[in-house]
Amino acid sequence: MTDDAHADAGWFEGVGPDDPEAGAARIREGRADAPADWPEQAVESGFADDETDYYAKLHDAAVRASREAAAEREQAGDQQLVHAIRAMDDLDAQANELAERVAEWAGSRYPDAGTGIEYARELAGRDPASPVEERLVSLARRVADLADESDALRAFVERETPEVAPNLSALAGPILAARLISLAGGLDALSKQPAGTVQVLGAEDSLFAHLKGHASSPKHGVIFTHEYVRGTRPEKRGSAARTLSGKLAIAARVDYYSGDRKPELDAELRKRIDRIRGVETDHDNEGSDGDEGSDGDEGGAGE
Amino acid sequence: MTPDLPDGVERRTFDGRERLATRGDPVYGEPTDEGWRVWDAGRSKLGAMVELGLDTGLAGGETALYLGAASGTTVSHVADFGGPTYAVEFAPRPVRDLVGVAEDRPNLFPLLKDARKPETYAHVVESDVDLLVQDVATRGQARVAVRNREFLADDGRLLAAIKARSEDVTRDPDDVFADALADLEESYEVLETERLEPYHDDHLGVVARPL
Repeated sequence: MTDDAHADAGWFEGVGPDDPEAGAARIREGRADAPADWPEQAVESGFADDETDYYAKLHDAAVRASREAAAEREQAGDQQLVHAIRAMDDLDAQANELAERVAEWAGSRYPDAGTGIEYARELAGRDPASPVEERLVSLARRVADLADESDALRAFVERETPEVAPNLSALAGPILAARLISLAGGLDALSKQPAGTVQVLGAEDSLFAHLKGHASSPKHGVIFTHEYVRGTRPEKRGSAARTLSGKLAIAARVDYYSGDRKPELDAELRKRIDRIRGVETDHDNEGSDGDEGSDGDEGGAGE
Repeated sequence: MTPDLPDGVERRTFDGRERLATRGDPVYGEPTDEGWRVWDAGRSKLGAMVELGLDTGLAGGETALYLGAASGTTVSHVADFGGPTYAVEFAPRPVRDLVGVAEDRPNLFPLLKDARKPETYAHVVESDVDLLVQDVATRGQARVAVRNREFLADDGRLLAAIKARSEDVTRDPDDVFADALADLEESYEVLETERLEPYHDDHLGVVARPL
């Protein structure tokens, strides 16, 4: 039904005249080297009675194919990222915990024992010389395997996130973008969050402490890992976090509702952050210290 | 002098303003009047090209391939005045809306495909279409039009909207347009170009015919 033998055949080749399901599958998976006069060929081959009948059949199959393919692709992308980033975090946590155990155990045997995952990797490469070493080196190998799997997941997330959320990924970096999607529960859910919520995603503990009345409100959640926040001096970080989260919220909406890449978002964000940091830019010499960009678009820096 | 509007497109008065309109079911809450609905040049680059009087060569009834159909706003108008209309869009979320638009229009065929890979839909889209619309807003917009040349009849028309900021936000739009036109000229003769202001900033409308 979907083999390459049909590389010069229309989508209806081998499809029964009253089988829109098979037609939809061929539309989704088939290919051809070049277009041809498909309506005429379909009538000649008996697939359709006439041109009108052909277009009616094509319409049924194309609507069905696109609806199914869109639903599958929407499912696929963001939820797979959510699983991948959570699995990556689990692996890191487990690998670090076991690496501590390895370091503690190794310290009891070798005066030059190191710590951390790098040391576990080093140990994993040794030939064990005793039954105890056999266990210790074997444990170190598990740590190295977990760390390898985490690296592979990170590479996967870095590759996939730009496909699922091109603008969010460009603004936040693929890993942070995937974390935001994960914390919100999906791109759909993230696209419905106001900027203020995006700003504190991942800071739920401090947020609830604040709401109970015994802490100040958190300035940022996971977006703290972004260079635009972390690289801004502390007294300006709140502004930077607010501006960044505003643009991230917009990027998530663009990704969810249109999917088009809008490079102008990157440039606007850069400019606003420069202004907050008091850096003069080529396009803009109003960047005096303390000016927070009162041109706040939806969810931006307005206060 | 302004070229004639294609059959199926009229200027009609809505709220005291003369605007383009086509005949069909409303799609996005646009104003309607006696079965006609506004074709908003501010929301449609092709609408802006017609509104600004580019000689699009459209007569009505065209078989069309529309690349970058998004949610189907513009392609719904093309299907209103055109013949069989193939709508290619690669992002799944807008395709959900596009399918809704196509359900009520028997001559509109939605395809969730990547316009940069015509071999993935050449088994569906027929050869010798009269009209190729290039509305894909990604880097390499002109090359997308070049790659899809094979669908277009020798006497057909390419109508393209080149978005400067999709290529490079930091460059002067005029330089970006010059490069895009040079790319297009690999397989097209450019007949007319015009900036789409005030309807769309930093967009160039292009009418071309295949070489």
